[in-house]
Amino acid sequence: MSRQANRAGDPRKVNGELFTLTYGALVAQLIKDYENDEQVNKQLDKMGYNMGVRLIEDFLARANMGRCNDFRETADVIAKVAFKMYLGLTPVVSNWSAAGDEFSLLLESNPLTEFVELPSGHNNLNYSNLMCGVLRGALEMVQMDVDVRFVQDTLKGDNITEIRLKFNKRLEDAVPVGED
Amino acid sequence: MSSFGKQKPSNLEKPIGKGKPEVNIATFALLFSEIVQYCQNRVHTVPELQTKLSELGQHVGSHMLDVIFLREKGFKREIKLLSMLIFIKSTFWKIVFGKEADKLEQANDDDKTYYIIEKEPLVNKFISVPKDKGSLNCAAFTAGMLEAVLNGANFPAKVTVHWHKGTTFMIKFDESVITRDKTVDSR
Repeated sequence: MSRQANRAGDPRKVNGELFTLTYGALVAQLIKDYENDEQVNKQLDKMGYNMGVRLIEDFLARANMGRCNDFRETADVIAKVAFKMYLGLTPVVSNWSAAGDEFSLLLESNPLTEFVELPSGHNNLNYSNLMCGVLRGALEMVQMDVDVRFVQDTLKGDNITEIRLKFNKRLEDAVPVGED
Repeated sequence: MSSFGKQKPSNLEKPIGKGKPEVNIATFALLFSEIVQYCQNRVHTVPELQTKLSELGQHVGSHMLDVIFLREKGFKREIKLLSMLIFIKSTFWKIVFGKEADKLEQANDDDKTYYIIEKEPLVNKFISVPKDKGSLNCAAFTAGMLEAVLNGANFPAKVTVHWHKGTTFMIKFDESVITRDKTVDSR
């Protein structure tokens, strides 16, 4: 049934520019509300985290993926399935650390930063920091404690946008109180 | 910023694109939900919250107007009130929300007031209004967008949001708009 409904102006999709500009309105508001870029970064990360925690459920329900066997598989799923599904692009996975616990996502384009130019005086702002929060939140819900940060950003004059993910540890299943 | 030399072209030099890229509705819905929560934590009353959402919507609308006029109309402005309203109801709505608005109506007793009615606005699709905030309508965000679009196109107006036949956006034009429109008409 869902297949057919998809044809008439896919109801599961939203205009990308509406999304971009809505995000822009949010960041502009945060910059007004907070004193410095670090605090804005932190707030964006927090909001992203909240989104990620909920997004993973949607992902597990729709993507029909099994459990990942190792971090490399996780990286592939993030890049090829999750990014594709939610932002409509596929970043390149690269720069693996020797131990296999750290990798980078390279983004050629970034829907969050379309139309955006960083005004001077905001060198410390990680405009797309929301994305780090989303990844962190979503991975935490599948028992992975991961550090996520921006290494390069085209907004800051780099040639490519690079997000670095570092696997810290496996989280143990915490059984909610009174539900064992 | 030492790497300025080989920097990618600035936004002003880039082509504007066709505006095709789309994102998943879940991505947008969760972002919007975070925005509503953020705004809610910074205000005390429902009207304040709606004002805040409307301000954010205005930010979006004012940028959207340029892109859409350029792309759809080759930068030709609408100068007649009615064609502007129809442009919003059909072209604008279709591009931004994927469908035309359900209805466009004029108030019976007031030539300054128009209504755009949308049974289920995109932004409300995933929002359940808590019982104690019954009057809250997060489509205030959309109302802000409309207001910015109308103001940007030089049709100064106030747009408010109401729960009526779904969601009704009430557009109250400035007196000057109506006066001007009459002179355009009679020409």
